[in-house]
This record gives sequence, structure tokens and C-alpha cells, in this order.
Amino acid sequence: MSSSVLFDAPGPRGRRNMMVGNALGAVVVLGILAWVLLVLHQRGQLAPDLWRPALDARAWEFYYLPGLQNTLRAAAFATVGAVVFGIVFGMGRLSEFRVVRWLSSVVVEFFRAVPVLLMMVFFNVLFGMFFRGVVADSAFTAVVVALVLYNGSVIAELVRSGVGNLPKGQGEAGLTIGLTRGQTLRSVQLPQALIAMLPAVVSQLVVVLKDSALGQLIGYADLLRSGQILASGAGNPLQVLIVVAVLFIVLNYLLSWVAHLLAGRLSSRTSGKTEEGPGIGPSLAVTRGGAPSGGGH
Amino acid sequence: MRKRTTGLLALAATAALTLSACSGAEVGGGSAGGDDATAGTGGGDTIRIGIKYDQPGLGLQDGNEYKGFDVDVATYVAEKLGYSADQITWVESPSAQREQMLQTGAVDMIFATYSITDARKEVIDFAGPYFIAGQDLLVAADNTDITGPESLEGKNLCSVTGSTSAQKIKDEYAAGVNLLERPGYAECVSALVAGQVDAVTTDDIILAGLAATPQNQGKLKVVGAPFSEERYGVGLPKDSDRCEAINEAITEMIDDGSWEEFVSKNTEGTGYSANDELNPPTPEACA
Amino acid sequence: MDDYLSGFTALLVQYDVLGAFWTNIQLTFWGALLALVVGTVLAVMRISPLVSLDWAGTTYVNLVRNTPLTVIMTFLVLGVWTQLGVQLSSDFNLNFFILAVIGLGLYHAAFVCEAIRSGVNTVPVGQAEAARAIGLPFTAAARMIVLPQAFRGAVAPLGNTLIALLKNSTVAAAASVTGETAGTMKTMIEFQPNYIWEIFLTFAIGYVILVIPIGLATTWLSNRLAVKR
Repeated sequence: MSSSVLFDAPGPRGRRNMMVGNALGAVVVLGILAWVLLVLHQRGQLAPDLWRPALDARAWEFYYLPGLQNTLRAAAFATVGAVVFGIVFGMGRLSEFRVVRWLSSVVVEFFRAVPVLLMMVFFNVLFGMFFRGVVADSAFTAVVVALVLYNGSVIAELVRSGVGNLPKGQGEAGLTIGLTRGQTLRSVQLPQALIAMLPAVVSQLVVVLKDSALGQLIGYADLLRSGQILASGAGNPLQVLIVVAVLFIVLNYLLSWVAHLLAGRLSSRTSGKTEEGPGIGPSLAVTRGGAPSGGGH
Repeated sequence: MRKRTTGLLALAATAALTLSACSGAEVGGGSAGGDDATAGTGGGDTIRIGIKYDQPGLGLQDGNEYKGFDVDVATYVAEKLGYSADQITWVESPSAQREQMLQTGAVDMIFATYSITDARKEVIDFAGPYFIAGQDLLVAADNTDITGPESLEGKNLCSVTGSTSAQKIKDEYAAGVNLLERPGYAECVSALVAGQVDAVTTDDIILAGLAATPQNQGKLKVVGAPFSEERYGVGLPKDSDRCEAINEAITEMIDDGSWEEFVSKNTEGTGYSANDELNPPTPEACA
Repeated sequence: MDDYLSGFTALLVQYDVLGAFWTNIQLTFWGALLALVVGTVLAVMRISPLVSLDWAGTTYVNLVRNTPLTVIMTFLVLGVWTQLGVQLSSDFNLNFFILAVIGLGLYHAAFVCEAIRSGVNTVPVGQAEAARAIGLPFTAAARMIVLPQAFRGAVAPLGNTLIALLKNSTVAAAASVTGETAGTMKTMIEFQPNYIWEIFLTFAIGYVILVIPIGLATTWLSNRLAVKR
């Protein structure tokens, strides 16, 4: 539904009122901004001595860029792992065998319900204490494993709903030409479902990237953490945090934009419906596919 | 259709391989530690030393260099063990992960304001101590009513996440103190400068380093009434064969005046002086 | 075996695990309330005739949706409390609890807004046209015709947002809230590593128990409230 049907094109009086409204809104926003800047100025937080070390070449070369590299590295490993995990368990939930279906459901529902931060804390200590020889960098591994388990479960749901969203004829056609159910799933339905869910997976990447910042709380040297190290020498935690926040926003905004672009491009390559995820929790696509969301199933 | 699925899977596999080929970035440009976690002690080309990256005056990452008292001591000791400065790989070892990093072999030794305690001795070995600090309070320069932990009743106190120092004050000295935990000292200090907390607590030498940073010079002071004894040791993996050699190096460092020089160099301009009754310390016998 | 069990249950009491969950439930409740209010306002802004409101709403959602919650929480403590000096309660600990609620509320408001907007999309154009035809102005049409149907269509994504909020309440640790589940679990695991699996499973199952009813209620509600079209 387009929102424009909710109101008429404004007349002269309406336009004048809108102008007044716009101006008032702008004044309020500018007023708040001015107050914030005034207080920050009074507290010396706008001093160039605090901003320069947060923005100069040294900050980028030795803190932001290495931190960003670690953030992207964790996110990249987690994304690949989550896609594999998602395809395996998504197919598991569509399996012909009741046991496989049931097991996959339990795994997926469990990891969707447990907060990512709790998993990171747990795996960090677990790897550090009990898998000494096996895991070299427990913080990194904990971040990746926690992200894989959660986002993989979300992708598993995307796979399941992606297959469920395909026109029924696709599955029937597969069976008609003599393929078994498994073959139909693998060679007819899954490929189309994967393409349909690609934009949602890219949106999920935003979630991965945002959640990787939780790694800071277990001591992983991600962007946020390397910013903290920079701030401890220069005494400017607020300034550094603002730079870090801008970096995250730009990066995620680009990803969302790619997801949007993909959704448009790929729609011709599948009989399913390409949809972007909302960038939080289980995607909308899950619930639209008729599969109940959230709890046990 | 089948071709496309395998194509996608192949893509994922290729991506995974490409990814594993690029290693992690060590903030500060040092090479990443931990990849060859099994490298034994001694005989290697490089030595991996765990330090703090976020403690001005003790262990601070400054661009691609590392500065502070712990860094100076570690460099001195490493040289006596046969490693020149450019053979040292510095690794960040946050408080909560120090034992673990030694146990997993992610580092060979740790110089990171690491207090020798019986609980820690059960899982790792210590050489040293090379310095004896005490828990103290950092307050605004013009503050006169906070003189020690008992005077914190009803005040706001900041410490870093995962440290037990603030809880100790609440349990033993002032039950009515308000505790705030932040992930870095810089955040505690900015809350102190802004007047939102009344004091920051940790070991005196760390506080002196925080007070000495250019941004805070003249704004903060260390109360100067330490109420604990923190013996900084060199963390080693259990049953390490390096303990004796490190203790000899520490003794030598104290005897030839280097220790004195390191302390004064890193606390210059703070008015801080190490507790003379306890410093310089004599290293304990190795286990 | 008895020693083992009693040792573990003593641990749960010693660290007040139930109290930790209660803290997260409270954070979730107040955070959800704030998110619902702010999110609804944002959704109305985004469908309103005022260009500036639409723009402000869109900017807000794009900014907040792309920022890690950890960064928002840190910003509230470091910027709003430390530097702007905003004191929300004279009770020191309550102050950080409220800051965390605000962080959770403002962050999830962006997702509530998107959920409601997706609900608005389920309302057929004819509904709005009919509302306009009988002479209702924008506010009345939105309040009486569009939003009530939009909420019914938005139950499922709103439920998902609530589940996400409950889980994200653990990030309150970044706003220095003490006695919540993430911090409590961390302390327990570090001091009692021999019970590491039991401790993790206790907390994990606690969350499963909290999430499943929300999921079931959402499904039931969304089926019940769905507008037959």
C-alpha cells in the first residue's frame, strides 16, 4: 500500500503548514544538536588535541585498519561457516527421515534461542581451558563459532522457508520426471531457494558484522577493542568511539545496499520470491513462508 | 541444476580456503601470535611476550611501538635470555586471559602487571617478583576528602571489567561504595575527569601511568596510601625451565641500576615513587 | 553424585541465577515498551505527509539499524552519561539499568518501525482509499483504519523483534549493568570451570524456556489476528 493515498496533495494552506512544520522540526533538531555541542565544548571534548589522535594516519594504520581487518576476518569465517551450517541443517529439516528432521529442528531452535554473547563467553573459556592444543586463538574461535551457530540456524530457517516458498509445481515437476524426493530437493528446489535467499543472507551479514563487535567483551581485538587501545594512550574514548561507530555504519549500510541490489537482480533467476532480511533475528521471510517462527515446532 | 548447487558449494569452499590463507591482524602491526602455538621454549628465533596494550606507563601500544615499565623489563630480561629486541613478538594479554595464554602456549612469558597469587601458582609458574605495587586510588587533583578506601562510603568508584580490586574495597573497606565497571581504563579516567565518578582503583603504578598521560596531566593525583601488596611476577607455563635464568636477569637488572632507571623513566612527572620498604624486590626461589 | 548435584545447585543459589534472569526480563520488558512506543512513532513519521518527518524517520532507522548494539550501549555510558552528564536516577545502579533500557529501546525501535511498516504493506490500498473517501484526515485514517490492521499484520515480525530484544538484553553488560545473565555466567564459569557445561546449559536452557513461549504466542496470535483477505 502506498502511503500517498492517505493524504491529498496539499493545497496552499497545507503547503504553508508543512513548511512551518518542517521548519519547527529542523529547529528542534538543530537545538538539540547545539546543546550537545555546547556541553561537549564546555567539557573540552571538542578540543583538537582529542580529535586529531582519533583521526590521524597513525590511528588508521595501527589501530582502525588492523581492528577492521580482524572484524572482517571473523565476519567472513562466520559467514562461510553459517552458510554451510544453514544449508546442512536446513536440508536436515526437510529430510525424509523423521529422526534427521527432529534432530535438525532441535539444533536449529536451540541455537536461535541462546544469546550470542552467552555462547561467545562460554566457548572462549571452553576453548581456552579444555582445548589447549587444538585451538590457538580462543577469543577468535569463540567469536566465529558463536556467530556460525546462531546465524547458521537463521539461515537454516531461510533455506527451509525458501524451499517452502517455491511454487508447488517445482517439486511436483521433479517427482514427475522420476527424481526421488531427495533428488528433487537437491537439484530442483534447493538451487532456486538458495538464489531466492541470497539477499537475505547478505542482510544477515549485517547481523554477523554487528554481532562480531560483541567479541570486544571477551577480549577479541576487533575494531571496537583496537579503538579502546588507541583511546587508552590518547585519553579520548568518546572521540574514538564515534569514529568506530561511523565505520560500522558505513560498512553495514553498503552491505544493506548490496542486499537490496541483489534482491532486484536475482528475482528473474528463481521461481521463488527474493527478499531482504530485516537485519535482525530470524528474517521476515521465515514467517511469510508459513513456517511458524521462534519457538519449538 | 545440479551443476549450480555444486558450483555454489565450490564457491563456499574456495572462499573458506582463501580466508584461512590470510591470518589475523595484530593491532599495532606486530606479527600475529598463536598460529604456531606449539613452538617450544628456548632455541626459537623469536620469543612471544605477553604485555598489556592499554596501560600507559606499563604496557602501551603506541603506533607500532610498545612502551612502559613492563616492556622495558621484558626487553631487558629477554636480552639476558639471548633474544634481541627485534626478536621479540609482543602479544596483548588481557587480565582475564593471561593464565589461558600461557597454558595454550600462545605466549612464552607474560609481563603484564601480573600479581603472584597462590591460586594462579596452581596453574602456571612465576619468576620474580620484579616490582611490588599496591592497590591505591586515583582522584581529581583538587580532591581532599578521599584519603583511603574507607573514605569511599557513598562515593562512585570505577574499575576495569574482570578485575577484583573494586569488589575488594566494597567487601573489606566501604560497603556503601557504588561500583562501576568499564572495559578500559581510559573510560574510567574520562568519567573521573568529568566528575561522574569520584575515584578509580587499581595498582598504584598503573594509576600513576594514567595520571601522567598528556591529556590528564595536572588534573588527577594518586592518593598514595596503598592498601595491598601486589608482587608483579613473570608469568611462565607450568614447569618452565626459564625461571632461574629470569630471576638472575632480574637481580642483575636491579644491581646494575637499570631497574631504577626504568621506574623513573616511566613515572616521570607523576610525583609517584615506588614503595621503598618493599622495592626493589628480591626474586623468590623457583618452584 | 549427590555431592556433585548439591555442589551445583549451591552454585546456582550463590550466584543468584534466578535474579540474573529476572534482571534480563525487566530489561526486556521496559526496553520492549520503549521500543514499541518509539517504533510506532517512527512508523507513523515514515508514512506521514510531512517530508521532514519521513526523512528524519528514515535516517533514524538507517543509522540505528546499522550500528552494533554494543557501540550504542558504550556510547550511552561514554557520551550521554559521562560527557553530557545526563543522570537518570540518583540510585547509581538504577541509572545504568535505565541507560541500558534506553539503549535496548532505541535500538529495537528501528526494527519495530520496520515490522509495522511491513504490516502496513499488508493493508490493501482500498482500505486507505475508503478512509479518505469518507473524509478522514491523515491522522484519523492512520489511527483508526491503517495502524490497527497494520499491527495485526505485524504480529510475527514484532514477535521476532521481542525475541531478539530478550537475547540482546545480555548486551546490557556493555552499559555496566550488573547482575544480568551474561556477566553472571562469565563470573561463574571463570570461578567454577569444572562445572562449565552445566553452567552454560543452565543459562542456555533458561533462554530457550523464555523464547519458546514468545514464539508460540506470536504464531498463535498472528494466526488469530490475521485479517482474512
